[in-house]
Amino acid sequence: MIAEIGHFALLLTLLVAIVQGSLPMIGAARGNAAWMAVGRPAALLQLALIATSFLALTQAYVSSDFSVLNVVQNSHSAKPMLYKITGVWGNHEGSMLLWILILALFGAAVAVFGRNLPPTLRARVLGVQAWVAIGFLAFTILTSNPFARVFPPPPNGRDLNPLLQDPGLAFHPPMLYVGYVGFSIAFSFAIAALIEGRVDAAWARWVRPWTLVAWAFLTGGIALGSWWAYYELGWGGWWFWDPVENVSFMPWLLGTALLHSAIVVEKRNALKVWTILLAILTFSLSLIGTFIVRSGLLTSVHAFATDPERGLFILMLLCITIGGSLVLFAMRAPALKAGGLFAPISREGGLVLNNLLLATATATVFLGTLYPLFLEAFGGGKVSVGAPFFNATFVPLMVPLIAVMAIGPLMPWKRGDIAGALSRLKFAAAATVVTILAVYYAVEGGPVLAALGMGLAAWLFFGTLVEWAERIKLFRAPLGDSWARAVNLPRSAYGMSLAHAGMAVAIAGMIGSTAWKSEEVRIMRPGDNVDVAGYNYTLEGVRGLQGPNYRSDTATFTVRKDGEIIASLTPEKRLYPVQQMPTTEAAIYTTGFADLYAVIGDPDGTGGWTVRIYHEPLVPWIWAGCLLMMLGGAVSLSDRRLRVGAPTRARRSAEPLAAGA
Amino acid sequence: MDARSMSATRALYLLPALIFVVIAGYFLWGLADPSRDPSAVPSARVGNDILPFELAPVEGTGVPGLSNLDLASGEVTMVNFFASWCVPCRAEHPFLMKLAEEGMVRLVGINYKDQPQAAVQWLEELGNPYSLIGSDLSGRAGIDWGVSGVPETFIVDGNGRIVHQQIGPIFPEILENEILPLIEDLRG
Repeated sequence: MIAEIGHFALLLTLLVAIVQGSLPMIGAARGNAAWMAVGRPAALLQLALIATSFLALTQAYVSSDFSVLNVVQNSHSAKPMLYKITGVWGNHEGSMLLWILILALFGAAVAVFGRNLPPTLRARVLGVQAWVAIGFLAFTILTSNPFARVFPPPPNGRDLNPLLQDPGLAFHPPMLYVGYVGFSIAFSFAIAALIEGRVDAAWARWVRPWTLVAWAFLTGGIALGSWWAYYELGWGGWWFWDPVENVSFMPWLLGTALLHSAIVVEKRNALKVWTILLAILTFSLSLIGTFIVRSGLLTSVHAFATDPERGLFILMLLCITIGGSLVLFAMRAPALKAGGLFAPISREGGLVLNNLLLATATATVFLGTLYPLFLEAFGGGKVSVGAPFFNATFVPLMVPLIAVMAIGPLMPWKRGDIAGALSRLKFAAAATVVTILAVYYAVEGGPVLAALGMGLAAWLFFGTLVEWAERIKLFRAPLGDSWARAVNLPRSAYGMSLAHAGMAVAIAGMIGSTAWKSEEVRIMRPGDNVDVAGYNYTLEGVRGLQGPNYRSDTATFTVRKDGEIIASLTPEKRLYPVQQMPTTEAAIYTTGFADLYAVIGDPDGTGGWTVRIYHEPLVPWIWAGCLLMMLGGAVSLSDRRLRVGAPTRARRSAEPLAAGA
Repeated sequence: MDARSMSATRALYLLPALIFVVIAGYFLWGLADPSRDPSAVPSARVGNDILPFELAPVEGTGVPGLSNLDLASGEVTMVNFFASWCVPCRAEHPFLMKLAEEGMVRLVGINYKDQPQAAVQWLEELGNPYSLIGSDLSGRAGIDWGVSGVPETFIVDGNGRIVHQQIGPIFPEILENEILPLIEDLRG
């Protein structure tokens, strides 16, 4: 009964979306205020209905209703409650429902917070938002019904893939989806602007916070996915350039570009057409990211069950959404008034460079991800493009990007003085040199490139600090003055500093873990010990344990440094009997500067165990950096100038700038 | 702006849509063939003659060993790499038994990196479908055949040429749709 209510609510959502996608659009075209006004209640109703549907599926999971096929395939009565709930989106059908729920949430947010938007723009944004929803709803209802029943109901379910029974992955999809779907707002605004034929500073002021929300969540979602791969797969790596990782990384790269180009539209009324294109492409990549893992186009370590029928439906949806919006762009964008030209050496010039580099980097990742498909289509056989390709192409693009990232914020708008900016970065330059030398000395002449890379991270970090110090006139004005300035500094400025500093910390972590990782793989018997990177690991013993829906062999390691006990590590090897699938649970102890990482493998049959021990320097910095970036996004969002409810004031203050452009 | 540069600009605006059409074309190509498996790995050995090898029998089975000469006997042969420690091998074993009982193809086995006692016990428990079994304790023959793991199954024609390589276990649908028709072709 509950499942039928869910299914019915899903069908009603589609009907409401159709109304929301048509009446307000027609109303906006004809100037009919009543029809335009339909958008707002429709968006709220759509949210209420899809939430009902989602709750119905959740209820089926929580109560282990094995008459619902989806629950049978992905749940088990012995599974812990947390994973019963996260199992709702741990499968194709349920994750589509979550996608639509988040889409409706964003649509409703525009409806609620968008009272101050010009009515035609709001009607059109909600209309486009509904078009996207219609596509997804039709796809879910026609090809992936989560409420299908099975008769007779089996006594128990087939359990969720054990790799997904993990707190890191439980919250990875919702965060990732908020990121992906959040870009739909920028997309809807872009399409609405193309239809209206007008882009102004107020438009950018609206698009930016939504993009920021999406970007911050996407950062978190990617970091969580990476963290999960790091500790759950037991390979000791945190990024594998796997197609599934790449498709989430591409919208992040382009979304970052969008975030920055929207600033130029807002402040200088320039780059409008480019920003529209970025908004369309960012969401397009989000769509491709959602779908490529479900279509069977590419192979990956973690893809959804694929189905060619579904694949063709997906391709049709992509063609309508992406193809349609790009054709609209080709038709309408030339009519948009171009903004003023500007000097290459200026804040906006720096942002253009940022955009060029990020867009090129995105194209590189895109090419590397889809190259196997392209080559195969030409009969070139099967290839796999792995880390070497990306290291050779993507990394060199990041070097100038980061170098410029420290300089850009110090440049004024309109025309900058590069010599002046560089001279203010003297301190950062000195800190960079010191870092390079210190790292080179500390690792006893380790790879030179890694020391230079750490220097680059230091350049960005200290450059960001310098910029902040400049703003508050630290050491140039009395301390009290500086304090007052620091307090009054807009939160968006703090947001930028935090995000840029976070990037620097994350880069340092990436370089450190790549350059100075060490590992030891061997057979150990209880009582044996091994030295890895100055730490001594003793295998105390291995015992069998019984979990709620798995059995495990748990090893105990004692880690000593210079004879002192530092930590006790208990890696597990689990077997989930229902799925007949083993998983490794790595044990990680973090010192803040490095992770001590132990994995237990198979027994050798004579009392020994295969053991892998990794020393992962600076990996914690990657997660810390990502957290800083997210925090930067959140702080920037709390800026009252950006607060979504205050666009009228924003518009007024933006106009003189626009006139001056 | 003159008319020509105007139309050039317009063409530029059309560029993203055109690029998308090309990419969508590739996607369509990738999806159009439902049997296309992006994770399939082409075999380096298919189409080549088997390399000379001589494997001793697995001690305790009483089944003779296997050499390359046994595979150039003029008869189509199915060569199955198996091991007692391999779970998917256990899954495919009943279908191999059925194949042997019905005499549909000459089936020989290569026991890959396995302890002889364990292999004997395994065959006693599940039955022996193989007319010849070579013991590849070191995995050397596995390298020559280009196996990436067990189970793997090869079809060898009467002249000792590898015609087909199946990575992973053999299940009825693969047997019916791919392997048996291929054997028919080779015989016919």
